[in-house]
Amino acid sequence: MAEARHTVERPLSPHLSIYARQINMVMSIVHRLTGAALYFGTLLLAAWLIAAAMGEAPFALVSAVFAHPIGMLVLFGYTWALAHHMLGGVRHLIWDTGRGLQIRQVDVLCWLTVFGSAALTLAIWAAVLLEGGR
Amino acid sequence: MAYRTPLARVRGLGSAKSGPEHFWLQRLTAVANLILVAFLIWLVVGLIGADHATVKRTLAQPYYAVPLLLLVLSGVVHMRLGMQTIIEDYVHSEGRKVAALMLNLFFCALVGLTCAFAVLKLSFGA
Repeated sequence: MAEARHTVERPLSPHLSIYARQINMVMSIVHRLTGAALYFGTLLLAAWLIAAAMGEAPFALVSAVFAHPIGMLVLFGYTWALAHHMLGGVRHLIWDTGRGLQIRQVDVLCWLTVFGSAALTLAIWAAVLLEGGR
Repeated sequence: MAYRTPLARVRGLGSAKSGPEHFWLQRLTAVANLILVAFLIWLVVGLIGADHATVKRTLAQPYYAVPLLLLVLSGVVHMRLGMQTIIEDYVHSEGRKVAALMLNLFFCALVGLTCAFAVLKLSFGA
């Protein structure tokens, strides 16, 4: 890649800060952010699996960390990021086929990601609390 | 496109000397992850509050261990491709970009092999 050296200030094309916020643009940003969060969030899965493989004491430690309110908050956020990224991914797969690209359809699909991910997260945690209460 | 020779079309390669592997593999692993992550959520929710012996016995079952291994493989490939895109978008200095891409691969390999090792140890280990 050529790395140009600018000696004069050239006009720049408008960037994020200049445009009115739209739902598809917010969803694009959040999709990338949740993807990055999930990237590091896999450490949670790795910790759980390796602790289970190492034995009772490490497993008890990781379980206690996950059951702590802060641990549960992190896991709740992780669940939401997962749900949001999954539904956003489905939206992108639909768009990849060339469908759903009318502006109205784009807006509907984006809002479905917002509400769908919230609903999915709450449903999963309802199941978690039911299971934990047994 | 009509501009391409039949041989080039068969190979699927353009002047970049490589095809759309990144794009395609990202979609392929996305579809696989949809199924495998749904499985993981179901598995983990079912193990909430379970003691170590139960978790160990459960994860050692082939019908849980094999999908877990598939998830780890598909997951880290998807992770590597996604993070690569982010790095290429935001890190412009050539040296830092190469370093970041290397770290990306190291991280994904470490997470992937750690998870795979743990699953296999649960299945085969004492």
